[in-house]
Amino acid sequence: MGNLIYLDNNATTKVDPQVLDAMLPYLQEEYANPSSVYDFAKRANHAVKEARGVMKDFFNAKDEKEIIFTSCGSESANTAIRGVLNMNKNKRHIITTKVEHPCVLNLYQTLEKEGYNVDYIGVNSNGELDLAQLEEAINDDTALVSIMYANNETGVIFPIEKISEIIKSKNKETKFFVDAVQVSGKIPIDVQALGVDLMGISGHKFHAPKGIGALYVNSKTLITPLIIGGHQERGKRAGTENVPYIVGIAKAAELAQDHLKYEATEVKRLRDKLEKNIVKNVFNARLNTGIVNRVPNTTNIGFEYIEGELILLHLSDLGICASSGSACTSGSLEPSHVLRAMNVPFTAIHGSIRFSLSKFTTEAEIDYVCEKLPGIIEKLTNLSPFQDELEALKKLRH
Amino acid sequence: MWDYSDKVIDHYRNPRNVGKIDNADAIGEAGSLACGDSLKIYLKINNGIVTDAKFQTFGCGSAVASSSILTEMIIGKTIDEVKKITNKDIADQLGGLPPEKMHCSVMGYEALEDALKNYDDYTDLDDIRNEEEANKQREKIVCTCFGITENVIWDAIKMNGLKTVEEITNYTKAGGACGKCKGLIQDIIDTYYKKEEQEEKTASTLSPAQKILKINNVIENQISPELRKDGGDITLVDIDGNKVMVKLRGKCSGCKNSHLTLKAFVEKTLRDTVDANIEVVEV
Repeated sequence: MGNLIYLDNNATTKVDPQVLDAMLPYLQEEYANPSSVYDFAKRANHAVKEARGVMKDFFNAKDEKEIIFTSCGSESANTAIRGVLNMNKNKRHIITTKVEHPCVLNLYQTLEKEGYNVDYIGVNSNGELDLAQLEEAINDDTALVSIMYANNETGVIFPIEKISEIIKSKNKETKFFVDAVQVSGKIPIDVQALGVDLMGISGHKFHAPKGIGALYVNSKTLITPLIIGGHQERGKRAGTENVPYIVGIAKAAELAQDHLKYEATEVKRLRDKLEKNIVKNVFNARLNTGIVNRVPNTTNIGFEYIEGELILLHLSDLGICASSGSACTSGSLEPSHVLRAMNVPFTAIHGSIRFSLSKFTTEAEIDYVCEKLPGIIEKLTNLSPFQDELEALKKLRH
Repeated sequence: MWDYSDKVIDHYRNPRNVGKIDNADAIGEAGSLACGDSLKIYLKINNGIVTDAKFQTFGCGSAVASSSILTEMIIGKTIDEVKKITNKDIADQLGGLPPEKMHCSVMGYEALEDALKNYDDYTDLDDIRNEEEANKQREKIVCTCFGITENVIWDAIKMNGLKTVEEITNYTKAGGACGKCKGLIQDIIDTYYKKEEQEEKTASTLSPAQKILKINNVIENQISPELRKDGGDITLVDIDGNKVMVKLRGKCSGCKNSHLTLKAFVEKTLRDTVDANIEVVEV
């Protein structure tokens, strides 16, 4: 067994060697600024144009002009949200969810301080969004609805098309931004069928490097730029085009499109195998989501009466990388806001582990984790001061 | 990921003295499941000596390491020695903890304190009563999210010299969730240092002029002759309250152990003879 088993692909992914190969010429000989007039710059200029075309297809957008390259998922989200609000200054109401990524949630908290009213829609114990609450919240003053496509911690997919219909039926002027960082490369994306106005993604979640993102803004939606300066990205995002990284994200998008079927079948099969095995062999393990519509690579499992960081440290000793919703790993003292919104019992919330696979995950790796994990959990369970509770749980599960 | 010391890593990988003692003489608890860490400690005590200690911990790597090393620190010690152990001692034994993880060492201290309070043969009953009386004043819950009392915050300030709300959060978790109690925590810090200032004032009976004279005498008659034996010397430069500024000369200046000389000898001598709060600084 190799010394690294990387099951934290929702945090970041390995750069695909084919992506690196596509980028290298633009880090070496093709270093021209695509805005320059001489022939030497034409190839760089052409590469960016071509990449924009690939991203258009990736989103299934109508027009290449609807694609803006950014530096990351957070920039995509900030540009979309601030951009829409600045264009609709008379409206002061925003709707989002309690389980958004911190990069979006923290922005909404800032906007609240700036005088906006923000409604946070809740989820049920399976992690599914409360659509009735959403419908009720939309009013004439609602400038923006902002909802993630899938949750990064649980992998639960939200019904974007249905949400889009609800929004349009209540207020046609309300704009709809979707943070699609956790679905890109995992499920097909079609902004036209979904009826969304803006959608953000981040390259490093699907095997491009860190430092590149993209934002879809449909032609009917006006936004102000976040970064003001030159004319790049049609005035929507100043700054010399990051040619090698733009080429990189486009290559990654192309490869991801080709791999969607593999994700839906093979990655899902391995994820299901891991999940079923753990829940079957570890008496104090519980699936935190239930069987709902999820991205194929993610599972979130709570280990009752033991703490997540301790599990991660022991997994790390075996070269296994995963992440935790526990308070202790993050440096903050609070456990995951997502799992709390789902009312995951506090016996399990601190011991919740997220495993996220990728196309590079092998069956041998999953088998190794299935073999080693029960022993680690048993060792740590023996440390727990809640032996009576654990004994009762054991009886219940058997 | 945290930058844990080798000692912390060793102790969470191979925790010592795990489990429970069935006929324990004292059991102590700290933390709670809801808060994300919880510790139980079991003691066997014979003739005032801790003969065995075991623990069970629900918590992160540093929580397990703190519990594990604590059991090693107390086995074979007398109750009086054990009573002197602070959370800082636990963290020091582990080769330090990341600031955000200091609350793990505090939890170890709290569980130990709880065990000693529950110990039947605990002799200083008057002590406990007096302490409890004083504690009642401070038993008010400050941080409702984590159930942290004023008492716990007060002790953490006292033992670790904490000065900011952020430090209090790192050591006790108070204020780490909703943050509504941060104002209250600041009030406690302010009250603590006001009190300490007053105590200092009443304690020091020497007038400033008398104090300067005495410091000068001690340096000239006790400290300087000792340093001269080793080919060095010292000059008093200035005194500002309890801050004594000195210059090291001769072999002392530039000596790589001069910091030790300053703290372990010069400062200690002045503290013992003039004022316990004196701080010596090289200028």
